[in-house]
Amino acid sequence: MKRLLITKTPKVYVGGAFIRSESGRVFAMKDADGNFFANIPQCTRKDLRNAVETAAKAGPSWAKRTPYNRGQIIYRLAEMIEARSLELAEAITLGSTKKSLVTAARNEVAASVDRLVYYAGWADKLEQVLGNVNPVAAPYFNFTMTEPMGIVGLIASQEASLLGLISLIAPAIVAGNTVVASASELNPYPAVVLGEMLATSDLPGGVVNLLTGFHRELVPTFATHAHLRAVIAEATADERKTLALGAAETVKRIHTFKAEDNINWYSDSFESVYRIQDTLEYKTVWHPIGA
Amino acid sequence: MPTPKAKKQKNMRSSGRTAPELIFGNLWNFDPAPETADPKVKATYDLFIDGKWTQAKSKKRFDSINPANEKKIAEIALAGPLDVNLAYLAAGRAQKSWARTPGKERAKYLYRIARLLQDRAREFAVAETLDGGKPIKESRDFDIPMAAAHFFYHAGWADKLQYVAAGKTLEPLGVVGQVIPWNFPLLMLAWKLAPALATGNCVVIKPAETTSITALKFAEILQDAGLPPGVVNIVTGAGETGSAVIAHSLAAKVAFTGSTEVGKKIMRSLAGTDKKMTLELGGKAANIIFEDASLDQAVEGIVNGIFFNQGHVCCAGSRLLVQESVAELVISKLRTRIRMLKVGDPMDKNTDIGAINSLSQLTKIKRLVASGIKEGAKLYQPECVLPKQGYYFRPTLFTGVTQSHRVAREEIFGPVLSVLTFRTVDEAIEKANNTVYGLSAGVWTDKGARILKMAAELKAGVVWANTFNKFDPSSPFGGYKESGFGREGGRQGLLDYANLV
Repeated sequence: MKRLLITKTPKVYVGGAFIRSESGRVFAMKDADGNFFANIPQCTRKDLRNAVETAAKAGPSWAKRTPYNRGQIIYRLAEMIEARSLELAEAITLGSTKKSLVTAARNEVAASVDRLVYYAGWADKLEQVLGNVNPVAAPYFNFTMTEPMGIVGLIASQEASLLGLISLIAPAIVAGNTVVASASELNPYPAVVLGEMLATSDLPGGVVNLLTGFHRELVPTFATHAHLRAVIAEATADERKTLALGAAETVKRIHTFKAEDNINWYSDSFESVYRIQDTLEYKTVWHPIGA
Repeated sequence: MPTPKAKKQKNMRSSGRTAPELIFGNLWNFDPAPETADPKVKATYDLFIDGKWTQAKSKKRFDSINPANEKKIAEIALAGPLDVNLAYLAAGRAQKSWARTPGKERAKYLYRIARLLQDRAREFAVAETLDGGKPIKESRDFDIPMAAAHFFYHAGWADKLQYVAAGKTLEPLGVVGQVIPWNFPLLMLAWKLAPALATGNCVVIKPAETTSITALKFAEILQDAGLPPGVVNIVTGAGETGSAVIAHSLAAKVAFTGSTEVGKKIMRSLAGTDKKMTLELGGKAANIIFEDASLDQAVEGIVNGIFFNQGHVCCAGSRLLVQESVAELVISKLRTRIRMLKVGDPMDKNTDIGAINSLSQLTKIKRLVASGIKEGAKLYQPECVLPKQGYYFRPTLFTGVTQSHRVAREEIFGPVLSVLTFRTVDEAIEKANNTVYGLSAGVWTDKGARILKMAAELKAGVVWANTFNKFDPSSPFGGYKESGFGREGGRQGLLDYANLV
């Protein structure tokens, strides 16, 4: 008799723990063949607020770690994913055996790992590239440095369910931000698996918080939540407007990529210190020179 | 052996009492020392569009008033939507060739502008004071020289744009719409124009309705410099003109300096568009005095922090946080110092605090000060004689302020200082950051290590250590949180006027 498989109950990774939505709601997901695959947590705005709270708690100590340490932790995350890349690729294809899909998924995982390694390396260099000393016309040591904005909301790509998500997470956390990310709702499963890898990496709980659910339910709260200092999003025209309107309430920083542009997440433009800059503030300090 | 009396005196001194103060009262007055240079202000001004003085299609004009005596200075054209549209069309026409003009050549125009402004610095300073009410010593020694310095600094960037951002070069955004405030009229214009032009953008700019004159006089300099028509267009008017500048479809980017309230309105109005935005908004800066600070120096810094430009400064140090152990001493020194401030005719070279920029601003200040009294803060104002005509307000000190008082939370934009106290470093940080704003902060201490810790912990875009209200074209300025986003000045300021390619 064929052994009945143990299926996994998908949970989302928030505050270093695996949770279901506080609402108890789920939505059914189908695999590549159209069969029932799993019930995915349908996270609510309350879940989002809870995740922001946990991200807020994790923020100060994450930002205070040395850049060298943050770099190593993100590199460690790449190690965790590389070792389990087949599992992630399967999460992307949802069990499809179609060769082109399998190859594409493996490429996406490889690109995601490489992206993490790319950003890991920026941790202890970005300040040298983005900050500088200003030659003011007065006796002051005047310098401009970067600081993480704090808690950054991420709304991930619908299509590139893994690469699109990691391309937003990596530049935000490398500089010391903590994030709350909403995964692709078309295929949230890679985000669920990624959560399991985050849990086994050295990343402190609460630095990356992943939610699954419907963007239409979550985007308005991403837009208006006062403790999210920035939102980086792949968004439709409607979502962009919602984000911009909500952002006005607390002068939030918004960076959006247009969903209708068929974004190529493999593009070099997503490997740039200026993607990190989107999640940073510049601070200028005037320090007197004198005895 | 000291007598008991001598012992007591010694204790008084060590307990930090100030030395007895000499009070002259009204025994002597300063002789008047008016600045008499001719501001060369015309009786009427049209709009500056496409390199020419252009009558407003709206057919409307408004008066610019001298806030020091409420007399009319000039009549200024009111730009309506049609006029703003013409300005944008002119900018759009000029844009391509301006962007294609080699950086070396663009730089020369900016250098010329800087020089021509330096040539006419005194005339511009007088015009600025006449129109805005700020003390002549400030417009003469700060506003105008700093405006020229901004053009000089940015001129040199125009042909070095490949060095601004590692791995990228900068390309212009196109036409930029800019709306600037009335507190530093010409300086804000320089902050906006210089980086925009250096990076190859063309501009439609609107000065504040109460302070249009130096912007319009500046158009003469643009003409003298031979700047190609349409590169800079100056439209004058109030809020409606500003809305038209912000909303125009040709604007690739909008840059605004002003209140957080209006900044939020602009954000809402641009929702759903692809316009880029930078906002430099309000502030409620903490100026933090530790017990080990050089207190006399700190008192000067506090005074400069809040009374510079009548407190019409977005980064003004309007919340004084004093360590409890020295609070009494600092407040007493502060009272003495405030009594010495000369309030009155802005055109007098000895004046420290000039006129409040407008009646509406004066009303707002009065309203907030009344709320301070009502909420239980203790008011102190020196007994200075204010001119009978014009908009003036005494330098004001509120002690016993709590964090929930309106005078501790809302931007007053006037010469009003709220004093709070703290005991520990952590409490100072907590209180300083307890605001929706995050533009600037000041720290006064003798410990270098503490300065750097405070600088790291304060959520503000600019941190001044043992100084306040210092500015430089090479030093980026801009806020965290509801004080806006984007930076002005320095290498980072250029990034907000360009696409990185």
